[in-house]
Amino acid sequence: MGLRTPLGRVLGHGAAHAGTEHWWSQRLSAVALLVLGIWFLISLLLLPGFSFDTVHAWLARPWNAVPVMLLAGTMAWHSSLGVQVVIEDYVHQPFIRIVSLILSKFAHVVLAAVALFAVVLIALGNGS
Amino acid sequence: MDNRQRPMSPHLFIYRWPMTMTVSILHRITGVMLSLGLIVLVAWLASVAAGAESYARFGGIMDSVIGRIFLVLWTAALFFHLANGVRHLFWDVGLGFEIPQANATGWTVIASTVVLTLAYWLAL
Repeated sequence: MGLRTPLGRVLGHGAAHAGTEHWWSQRLSAVALLVLGIWFLISLLLLPGFSFDTVHAWLARPWNAVPVMLLAGTMAWHSSLGVQVVIEDYVHQPFIRIVSLILSKFAHVVLAAVALFAVVLIALGNGS
Repeated sequence: MDNRQRPMSPHLFIYRWPMTMTVSILHRITGVMLSLGLIVLVAWLASVAAGAESYARFGGIMDSVIGRIFLVLWTAALFFHLANGVRHLFWDVGLGFEIPQANATGWTVIASTVVLTLAYWLAL
């Protein structure tokens, strides 16, 4: 028992004692994806074609490599937050639920790592 | 007590399904579609890093009928989630909660998805 009032202890927590962080991260990554996503879609339109040399040279440029890395990382983050909510909403069996949540988190980290490593390899001249 | 004049709502046999509910569930469905599409996007980057041969193999898969259907659905899902995401961000700052507004912005999201998807593939 501390000296805090019951109201003081629950303020900012809600019934689940968490959630603000998730909600805010989802919005933050959404705004980032709005900018990065539109940039990516326009960039693909402006590419002269999708031949290996064109795409490789485009990805290798620092001004494209860094935003693509940010895009892939932010997409994995935003996707992880979204899939987590979908699992929490529809998977009720406790064991399957926790296993699904863990697998989803791992899969998203792997996707982000592969994407970032691929862009680094391309920028360092791999494959060309 | 006479109950005859009381409202009988929600009456399931005359209940009109609001379009905002369709848009709402589509936001989640397109979100899951984009999560699955992220795997393909990462595979695209990995195929470029792995060299011209693997990139050609990836391009071959994407050039198939199933690949093309996937790409069109993926861009449609992306434009829907993008447009409806903006709608959600407006709600987050307290704008657009009135039912006529929510219906209008919902239809705007659907129209934007169709127009942007068509325009994107025509421009590509």
